[in-house]
Amino acid sequence: MIGLPQVLLLAGILFSIAVAGIFLNRKNVIVLLMCIELMLLAVNFNFIAFSHFLGDLSGQIFVFFILTVAAAEAAIGLAILVVLFRERKSINVEELDMMRG
Amino acid sequence: MHTLLLTIVLAPLLASLIAGLFGTFIGRVISHCVTIAGVGLSLALSALVLSRMMTAGEPTFEETLYTWMVTDGIHFEVGFLVDHLTALMMVVVTFVSLMVHIYTIGYMHEDEGYSRFFSYISLFTFAMLMLVMSNNFLQLFFGWEAVGVVSYLLIGFWFTRPSAIFANMKAFLVNRVGDFGFVLGIASLVYYTGSLSYSDAFHAAPMIVTHTITPWAGTSWNAMTFTCICLFIGAMGKSAQVPLHVWLPDSMEGPTPISALIHAATMVTAGIFMVARMSPLFELSPTARTFVLVIGATTALFMGFLGIIANDIKRVVAYSTLSQLGYMTVALGVSAYSVAIFHLMTHAFFKALLFLAAGSVIIGMHHEQDMRKMGGLRRYMPITYWTSLIGALALIGFPGFAGFYSKDSIIEAVHAALEKGTVAGAGYAYFCVVAGVFITAFYTFRMIFMTFHGEERMDHHTQEHLHESPAVVWVPLVLLAIPSIFIGGLTMGPLLFGDYFGQAIHVNEANNVVAELGAEWKGPWAFILAGFTSAPFYLAASGVVTAWALYLKWPAIPSAVALRLAPIYRLLENKYFFDWFNENVIALGSRVLGRGFWRVGDQFLIDGALVNGSARSVGVLGTLLRQIQSGLLYHYAFAMIIGLSALLGYLLWHA
Repeated sequence: MIGLPQVLLLAGILFSIAVAGIFLNRKNVIVLLMCIELMLLAVNFNFIAFSHFLGDLSGQIFVFFILTVAAAEAAIGLAILVVLFRERKSINVEELDMMRG
Repeated sequence: MHTLLLTIVLAPLLASLIAGLFGTFIGRVISHCVTIAGVGLSLALSALVLSRMMTAGEPTFEETLYTWMVTDGIHFEVGFLVDHLTALMMVVVTFVSLMVHIYTIGYMHEDEGYSRFFSYISLFTFAMLMLVMSNNFLQLFFGWEAVGVVSYLLIGFWFTRPSAIFANMKAFLVNRVGDFGFVLGIASLVYYTGSLSYSDAFHAAPMIVTHTITPWAGTSWNAMTFTCICLFIGAMGKSAQVPLHVWLPDSMEGPTPISALIHAATMVTAGIFMVARMSPLFELSPTARTFVLVIGATTALFMGFLGIIANDIKRVVAYSTLSQLGYMTVALGVSAYSVAIFHLMTHAFFKALLFLAAGSVIIGMHHEQDMRKMGGLRRYMPITYWTSLIGALALIGFPGFAGFYSKDSIIEAVHAALEKGTVAGAGYAYFCVVAGVFITAFYTFRMIFMTFHGEERMDHHTQEHLHESPAVVWVPLVLLAIPSIFIGGLTMGPLLFGDYFGQAIHVNEANNVVAELGAEWKGPWAFILAGFTSAPFYLAASGVVTAWALYLKWPAIPSAVALRLAPIYRLLENKYFFDWFNENVIALGSRVLGRGFWRVGDQFLIDGALVNGSARSVGVLGTLLRQIQSGLLYHYAFAMIIGLSALLGYLLWHA
């Protein structure tokens, strides 16, 4: 039987994959964006799981908001990425160190 | 009376403000008219006050006009105390000031700072009147400092001359030393009486004597002695007594009229006046009077010696002023306060006369002050010559002239004090004042002979243009010459032996040497006749003869003497090395100390450690922290997530 712990475990695994993706990825900004999306999805999983097992629908409504915001964020992120590529001719993360102190 | 006194004080102030603030708009003529009118009004009203005091029996006026503030029970007030002593000082100050104002028209007429000068001398008159009319120590101190400030402004009047700037700075700094003592004296009185007013201090005087203070471990001074000596240190600064006299000869850098007004007739006598005013205090401290006496006697004699070798005509008069101030101080020391004030008054007239006459000579010589380049001027400047001669005779105490009465009274008073043994040190003082008579006569007539007699040593150009000074210059000379002859004989009886001063000056019966003199007083004529047979007359006469022999008859002798007595001559030429000591020890020491504080305290500690040090430590910290800012996104993300986990972990485990 699939209970709350199993779903939370899945969400935890997804989140860890995303974190690992951010840390291990040294090349591509797109991968970074995808990892962030994955993190948001992991959180969404938590919301849905708690909503289902506690019998409170507001958690699922929240998920819609998060998905909307995530979509907008992904659009803006990709747009920035396009501009960045035009500017630098590269989306290599290693080279993006303009914030260096 | 109230309004009258206020007018006396405020008229010169108002005139000074008008001339000072609007001088450039109203022009020269109105500037001097306004200030002369202001001082003239003061003189007229002062004379009115004096005559009412003397004839109509006007009582002593003592009133507080304005309370500035009250703190801890101490009243800071402006008030007037006008008794016979004050009234006399007011007339002397305003009279000399008026003469100097008139004279200035002639002396300064080419100067660019004409209105400014008039503004300053009127301001000075105001300050001096505030000083003498005060009924409390605060106002006394205000007047004291105000005359100091005006003196500073006037010595440095020609502010483009480095020597004038040096001299006014020197005068100011030396006076600060004296003022430090003065403030301590006032503070001591306030400490014991809790009041700034004269009358409280005088009433509390017997109480103060019972206290002792311990300035440092192991010594114990009578509080009154301490107070009086502190007050007298203030007087030493203002009245140029050894060793605080060094500023006065240098102050001759200022224009001649102010040398007459400030550095001869009025401001330098403020110290004498103050001690006379404080007579109830000084009477209670024999130690302080001995101190006063010894300082005065030293000044009287040793400053006279310096007059002998000075070649600048104004400096000779300046040294004679120092010497005469010493005489006054000696009179204070033997409790002959009235005699000191008497000499102060006669000296004000004849010394102002001598200074203004010297100024007239300087005008004639086109601002040449070196007597070695003068000579034979009596043919060209007869009025200046005769008035100078009157001033000189008054100065050396020739019987019949004003200075004779006062100076002989001082010598007699010291003699009486010596015989009665009222104060220690009278023997030394007697020697100094008697020897001083010879010295005074010698340098005074050396000046007269070098300037007005003998061969004409000026250059051809100057000689062609020599002529008597204009009327605005010689009229004040004549007006000052008249009191220089007569004022002594006319006022000696009432001033010294009558009851003129009344309660204003307090003398203990045991110390009353003036009364001794009074016992032998048979009027001015008898005094003159006695004067002709006394030792000081012969000393003065021999001084004149010596000057005649050395500077007219055999002019080669002085330089030969200077060569023969080279060490003494060098000592005198360097003014007993007071200036050397001040410049090389005190001034240099202060500079070294100052530079030390600057380097260590300011540059190293404040600038180095605090100001730049804090900036530098922030910089170092920033350089370290910069290493963390790699600029790589995943480092930041990593930091965020680690931080988040750490916070969450903390919450989960501890909360």
